[in-house]
Amino acid sequence: MKEVTLHILSQTRLTRDVYRMVLGGDTTAITAPGQFINIRLDGLYLRRPISVCDWEPEEATILYKVVGRGTTQMSRLPVGTALSVLTGLGNGYDVNKSGERPLLLGGGVGVPPLYLLARQLVAEGKDVTAVLGFNTADEVFYEDEFRALGVRTIVTTADGSRGVRGFVTDALPDEYSYVYTCGPEPMLKAVYHVTKTSGQYSFEERMGCGFGACMGCTCKTKYGAKRICTDGPVLEKEEIIW
Amino acid sequence: MVNTAVSLCGVPLDNPVIPASGTFGFGAEFAALYDINCLGTFSFKGTTRQPRFGNPTPRIAECEAGMLNAVGLQNPGVEAVLSQILPQMRTYFKKPVMANVSGFSVGEYAETCAMLDEAEQVGWLEVNISCPNVHGGGMSFGTDPAMAAEVTKAVRAATKKPVIVKLSPNVTDIAEMARACEAAGADGVSLINTLQGMRIDLRKQQPVLANTFGGLSGPAVFPVALRMVYQVYKAVRIPIVGMGGVSSAEDVLEMMLAGATAVQIGAVNLVNPFAGRDIVRALPAAMEKYGIQNLSDIIGGAHHGA
Repeated sequence: MKEVTLHILSQTRLTRDVYRMVLGGDTTAITAPGQFINIRLDGLYLRRPISVCDWEPEEATILYKVVGRGTTQMSRLPVGTALSVLTGLGNGYDVNKSGERPLLLGGGVGVPPLYLLARQLVAEGKDVTAVLGFNTADEVFYEDEFRALGVRTIVTTADGSRGVRGFVTDALPDEYSYVYTCGPEPMLKAVYHVTKTSGQYSFEERMGCGFGACMGCTCKTKYGAKRICTDGPVLEKEEIIW
Repeated sequence: MVNTAVSLCGVPLDNPVIPASGTFGFGAEFAALYDINCLGTFSFKGTTRQPRFGNPTPRIAECEAGMLNAVGLQNPGVEAVLSQILPQMRTYFKKPVMANVSGFSVGEYAETCAMLDEAEQVGWLEVNISCPNVHGGGMSFGTDPAMAAEVTKAVRAATKKPVIVKLSPNVTDIAEMARACEAAGADGVSLINTLQGMRIDLRKQQPVLANTFGGLSGPAVFPVALRMVYQVYKAVRIPIVGMGGVSSAEDVLEMMLAGATAVQIGAVNLVNPFAGRDIVRALPAAMEKYGIQNLSDIIGGAHHGA
């Protein structure tokens, strides 16, 4: 982990309430897809943890959904704003376990961390399929970006207004070597029960610090108590108690 | 050159800055970021006789100028602390550490303290009789002077190390609690633990915390904490460790002027992981600004002429 000052390079509205923010500065502490950063905002006591969607030297991209005070404030920050950010938090996904045909399952704002993962898996020559789940057509984002990576990309919407009607679990391919997933807990649970292979599941929890000090985000696993912020957010399927 | 040294219950501290229990783990996460030997000491994660998972999540809620926590004393238990954590801590922290202890019966407090008494690294026992987040224990000892005295007496008999009793602000008269602990043999008191509070999630129309209530900490509680330290200083002769929303070197000076011999910093560690180091570094300049040569000279200074 590093505490750094990052500057907002761009802000783009992707859907009604999902934004993309590109941050510039020292991003060397970010070492794996699925990690997150923790952003300090004026007037708010706790930092805001947001997963990393994409990474370049001196650059990190985040996608966030405006749901409360913190994300509302973020969406109004102008380009050039300097932010105090804790970078390189969490364990992230392990790309080495993917096998040849990894399957990526993302739901809503669980989609962003899968983008950097997909990019890395493609770079390693893997045959990647991504199923991206949303509620409705208006909320779909990053479908084209996943496709542009060369990923076989399937979109599902709960109301059927775009792609396959239903949830990500309604659009699973017949064959895949490993599962990487991130999304709301009911989706993760469905994925856990429906998919046949091993996999890595990224969880969300309210956090105090984001770096393992406060024990605010602890969950029970088969191998004991784990802090979502430092021992996670990615857990192996085998250790999840469901 | 100003002098930041103080003495807490006969144990010297290079400076009075002490990260508070529950905000600093066992120090390892912070030792990875900076040399934590710059701190006066730190109070490690509240330890009980048996390992505890703590409360279900959500355990954290944000507030105006602070936060609520309802962690519920998650800890690996005293045996793991002695056999695994303390030997490891030796590699990154060379000073005496403050051992924070909690319990669910008088006997359990005494037993845990007796076990920690064996550990050479432990400089003080901070006995938490004020955790607001566990039922059937913790704070119940901290809200009844007779119970507080009973725990203090039992712990005092179980250890040769200085015993500092950590008091709850969730009482009518905190000075009475401090007097009861002093009379029962406490070597010091620390205050305040968190103030009980709650938040409600408007979308779910339900409490944010799974535990419903949690403990409020952060800058929001600083004036309350300062007032209580001031009141307790008037009531007892034993040293006071002041805490509650302390976030800067200036806050440290205020706490000491109110009567604190040493000062703990809590919630600020979670939002600025370098807060301990930053406050230690800022202390000399703040002292110079206010014409303070020896930090220990200002303890209780706000009472003179009052």
